[in-house]
Amino acid sequence: MDAQSITTKERMAIPRQEMPSQNPEVRSHNFEEVNLGYTTELAQREAQRCLQCKSPACVKGCPVNIKIDQFIKLIADGDFAGAARKIKEDNVLPAVCGRVCPQEDQCEKECILTKKHTSVAIGNLERFAADYERETGQVELPQVARPTGKKVAVIGSGPAGLSCANDLVQLGHAVTVFEALHELGGVLMYGIPQFRLPKEIVQAEIEGMKQLGVNFITNAVAGRSVTVDELLNEEEFDAVFIGVGAGLPWFMGIPGENLLGVYSANEFLTRVNLMKSYQFPDNDTPVFDCTGKNVAVFGGGNTAMDAVRTAKRLGAEHAYIVYRRSEAEMPARLEEVHHAKEEGIEFLVLMNPLEFIGNEAQWLTGAKCLRMELGEPDDSGRRRPIPIKDSEFILPIDMAVISIGNGSNPLIKQTTPDIEVSKRDTIVVDINTMATSKESVYAGGDIVTGGATVILAMGAGRTAAAAIHEKLMGRKED
Amino acid sequence: MHKIVSAIFLAENIKKIEIEAPRIAKKRKAGQFVMIRVSETGERIPLTIAGSDPEKGTITVIVQGMGKSTRELNSKEAGESIHDIVGPLGTPSHIEPFGTAVSIGGGLGAAIAYPTAVALKEAGNYVITINGARSKELVILEEEMRAVSDEAYITTDDGSYGFHGFVTQKLQELIDSGKTIDYVLAIGPIPMMRAIAEVTRPYNIKTMVSLNPIMVDGTGMCGGCRVTVDNQIKFACVDGPEFDAHLVDFKNLSDRNKMYLPQERQAVEALTHRCNLQKQL
Repeated sequence: MDAQSITTKERMAIPRQEMPSQNPEVRSHNFEEVNLGYTTELAQREAQRCLQCKSPACVKGCPVNIKIDQFIKLIADGDFAGAARKIKEDNVLPAVCGRVCPQEDQCEKECILTKKHTSVAIGNLERFAADYERETGQVELPQVARPTGKKVAVIGSGPAGLSCANDLVQLGHAVTVFEALHELGGVLMYGIPQFRLPKEIVQAEIEGMKQLGVNFITNAVAGRSVTVDELLNEEEFDAVFIGVGAGLPWFMGIPGENLLGVYSANEFLTRVNLMKSYQFPDNDTPVFDCTGKNVAVFGGGNTAMDAVRTAKRLGAEHAYIVYRRSEAEMPARLEEVHHAKEEGIEFLVLMNPLEFIGNEAQWLTGAKCLRMELGEPDDSGRRRPIPIKDSEFILPIDMAVISIGNGSNPLIKQTTPDIEVSKRDTIVVDINTMATSKESVYAGGDIVTGGATVILAMGAGRTAAAAIHEKLMGRKED
Repeated sequence: MHKIVSAIFLAENIKKIEIEAPRIAKKRKAGQFVMIRVSETGERIPLTIAGSDPEKGTITVIVQGMGKSTRELNSKEAGESIHDIVGPLGTPSHIEPFGTAVSIGGGLGAAIAYPTAVALKEAGNYVITINGARSKELVILEEEMRAVSDEAYITTDDGSYGFHGFVTQKLQELIDSGKTIDYVLAIGPIPMMRAIAEVTRPYNIKTMVSLNPIMVDGTGMCGGCRVTVDNQIKFACVDGPEFDAHLVDFKNLSDRNKMYLPQERQAVEALTHRCNLQKQL
């Protein structure tokens, strides 16, 4: 179909093409990916909805400024691999971002169509282009500049580190990535579940970076296996980028949190995702047997949704989200909440846990909760939850997952005291360059912002890469 | 992959394994541990580093075959490999010239107490070691301990060797003899460490224990290894593994370590079944 030949009116008459997905009843019992992806027909039809604005607002809404209008036009014209390459000019992990970015708060929010209709499904199209390129074996490695003779160490192989390493290696620098765990990918591997982001996709993207010449070292914990100072002084790296993530789970500080059956979201998800305990005993790492049990996840973010949907897949009879505000205040993506509900997740909102209760063997049996109501808006602009007097009750549960966010891992701070940190222990940087207070050391991602999104971390990695390049080459790029 | 340089049994079911890990060998300090994943599908298990040879680029761990993973590790011979090792992890032992320091190892705990005993000696302490085991055949590192000790004692539960009784009784005897003891490090089964804490508490002797909660990543990321110390949550992997024995909630630790008992049994049964089948073939 010739994309040029249809009128604006005709474009606007096309409804947003829905993402095909696995049947909720079926998928709530398996770990296969929920969304199935657009077919070429669906993708082209969706791409035709794009009005090709002269000054596309969506591009400004993207933290890494993907040339959205251009890649969508390529899809509409049937050049799918070309679309993928266009995206990769700005985003090294399109198959990942197409799946996990909160597009509704970024590019899609700015789409001109949202004023009268629903926005173009930019995320779905990004995913389609990346999947098409990979699945049809059309991935082309980008050009790598001539070697500069400079060495850069990247600490952490999550979204921030990967995007930083990718830009630097293409600019001709020798890049070594140090990863603490035994698998590469950081939160993409241990945090986000298989059913939302298949691990094979993450590994395929990393494989491409290996081919570009990025050197990856696993099982290397920054601050323990090697310190920032050793990298600079003994191993003679010219610059270091720190992208170690947040990685220190918060607990609620209520009685009973150390009972058996109480997990942090990080632990529960790491066991299931990274260690594949859903395949116990074929994989050795065990996890609580949720079969027929009642599970509650405390929190309302994307991680909470991941955890509760994981528990359901492990066989939980009742899988609850317990959240102290109302559903409107939940930070999780709408799509995740929607998917969770489809899968039978029960939402217990305006409810706050006071205490975990256990039996004689110290196994969790319930959570004493208090009902809340919404009051005036607080500092965050969200209505503050206020306890309702005498509304205490006990929610019978066998397993609890605490998903209220992460603080900063203290290892870098302890071993590199000359890097300035905030009161919350996040690393302080110049946001234009991501430079820290220590010469030649840069940082980005959750270790700077606190818990945020994959794409923001990637944007920070790119900013740092540009600044590192400029510093090492001693001049601005023309 | 990390090559095993040597693997020898020190006692029944207790094996000393020397593994290539140059970075760790160079950096490790007494009291630190590594996480080991034996195979591609293996779990990550914490093991205290018993020693290292920075020039050879090797570290030594001493492993007792208990669950599936430690049994698999114990079945490895020199020349074979281990999939993953990461470390050194944890805060190193606090070492200073305390004066008279008693290092107590119960069972496999001797392997963990040994490197710290060496460091205590190097720091100029008068070092007393108490090495306890159920019986003579299970005593490990006797010669090594003797070499770093000003006084070395062996205790056995059945009296087959050394002092007949528990390490706690030997420690009490030393205290009763009027010896000034400035520092005690106790490593072993939880009931032993808890009992040692109660021996030293009335005398206000600074006492440290090395805790062994279940861990996953070992870098502070998951909180699975949280222990209650002085009524606060601490992560053994980054805040520890050594803590003030008088402030540790041993019951909570002991309870939490039972979290996966059914799965551990299931895994061991499957492994034993497989081994038996292999024998029959």
